[in-house]
Amino acid sequence: MSIRIAIAQCAPALGAVKRNVDMHMSWIARAKAAGARLVIFPELSLTGYYLKDLAADVACPADDPQLAPIAKASVDLDISAGFVERSADAKLHIAQGHWSGGKLIHVHRKVYLPTYGIFDDGRYFGPGDRFDTYRWAGGTTGVAICEDLWHVSTPYLYAAAGATIVLAPSASPGRGVAEGGDLGTAESCRLMDRFYASYLTVYVVYVNRVGHEDGIAFWGGSEIVAPDGTVAARAPEFDEHLLVGEIDPDLVARERARNPLLRDEREDIVLRNIAGRLGLPFDRRD
Amino acid sequence: MIRPDPKDPSPLRIDEVLVRKMLVLFIRDETTKARLRRAVIGVSGGVDSAVTVALATEALGPENVLGLFTPYRISSGESRDHAQQLSKKFGFSLEEVPITEQVDAYFRARKEKVDRVRIGNKMARERKSIEYDRSWPDGIVLGTSNKTELLLGYGTQFGDMACGINPVGDLYKTQLRELALSIGIPEAIVRKPPTAELWEGQTDEGELGFTYADADLILYHMVDRRLRPAELVEHGFDAQLVTRIRELVRRNHYKRVMPLIAKLSLRTVGHDFLYPRDWEAD
Repeated sequence: MSIRIAIAQCAPALGAVKRNVDMHMSWIARAKAAGARLVIFPELSLTGYYLKDLAADVACPADDPQLAPIAKASVDLDISAGFVERSADAKLHIAQGHWSGGKLIHVHRKVYLPTYGIFDDGRYFGPGDRFDTYRWAGGTTGVAICEDLWHVSTPYLYAAAGATIVLAPSASPGRGVAEGGDLGTAESCRLMDRFYASYLTVYVVYVNRVGHEDGIAFWGGSEIVAPDGTVAARAPEFDEHLLVGEIDPDLVARERARNPLLRDEREDIVLRNIAGRLGLPFDRRD
Repeated sequence: MIRPDPKDPSPLRIDEVLVRKMLVLFIRDETTKARLRRAVIGVSGGVDSAVTVALATEALGPENVLGLFTPYRISSGESRDHAQQLSKKFGFSLEEVPITEQVDAYFRARKEKVDRVRIGNKMARERKSIEYDRSWPDGIVLGTSNKTELLLGYGTQFGDMACGINPVGDLYKTQLRELALSIGIPEAIVRKPPTAELWEGQTDEGELGFTYADADLILYHMVDRRLRPAELVEHGFDAQLVTRIRELVRRNHYKRVMPLIAKLSLRTVGHDFLYPRDWEAD
């Protein structure tokens, strides 16, 4: 049986957490009215993206009271939203929480912090150190925050660990306006989503924001790509939009029966290869 | 695969529909974030300000756009005609504020011989001071410096380069002309030789000593595609021109950045007090 999810393609205010919490509440209400079991917000949806020194000002622990309204609202439907997490040892992380049944059930900390071109994540944040899957009503899921998804190993690790859904909350700035194609960034992202979905036989749920921060436009274009490589739903570019679509576990099963790449995957070879190259011990477990 | 070729200007082509959409959203959103609602633009009759003012009318509505035509005594009647054509076509109000009296009065009082560059700079800053005055209390001054000018430093610091936001600063002159035609700027405005009209007979290309077409292609490969000057020469670009352009870009970089602040304390504006401009903006 398929499960309905919603993507909140919104435009968070930069550094205004209280205002963004209120904004989340209205999208959550709309997603609920649309019958969604999960609503997913983009990267740093509760704080805005280009925070610079504001990062420290808006950071909070995952159980902070200012996030309590989100936890409370998750009694009705699951919520995946982005915030700046201050860890117990006072490091700042770009984090995506998943709240369900009134509780925080998972936090992913962005591992790959782009610090080049128009990006400066590595200056303000510390990296996460793991890709853990978790379970909710929709199935086993992994979260890849923006740049995480651009690293091929991220969705690979999630798929290998049993994920059927990769949630990819992003804050992707639109750039590349050459004639004869789509927006440059949009083309790259769509290629990536479709490739991962098809070859790892997973759902890729790409959640991008819109609006401007200091002259940089986020291009939207959120989409749900099914494991057969088809686009199940896609939001318009540059405009706010609640995108509703279905995740169908049966389709994952059918695609994996037809195309058992994951079943045949040799993780032991991958691991031996990498361990050998890095000079790490590797014990085969038979 | 883009090959650098002095005879192939096609890498400069843009998707005008997409660019127009992005720039209209940029003007609307960033004006709102500044808690302002009107735009003020110096309309010279040239193509850069024509594109800027046309996009502003689309973004904010013509009733929220003020065009200022600020002639000096050498400004041409053609420039005035073109500014008026734009006002009529795009529906924004255009006001004429001459700057001859104040500029001439200032230089009359000087004892020394005054270079024409000084007069040109004074004119550019005089115009900008009027734009800022007329932007009060709820307007934003839109910049009209294109990417070619910004990179070459072909503009007056705190004069024509000054603005609240600049929608056209990431478009080379060639690209801006392409956009201009697609949004309905009259051909006569797009095709005429660009001039700052700071002295009689001045044209941009005459003063620079090369064409925008040549400069834009070199800048595109050098800046956007990160090719080194030596690589451009290997691909057949003129060595002297490449060197000259690279030198202009380097020498004028100071015009593109905020003034340097002497670092003294533990936290200093511009150095390590780094907040976004759209801080808590709607």
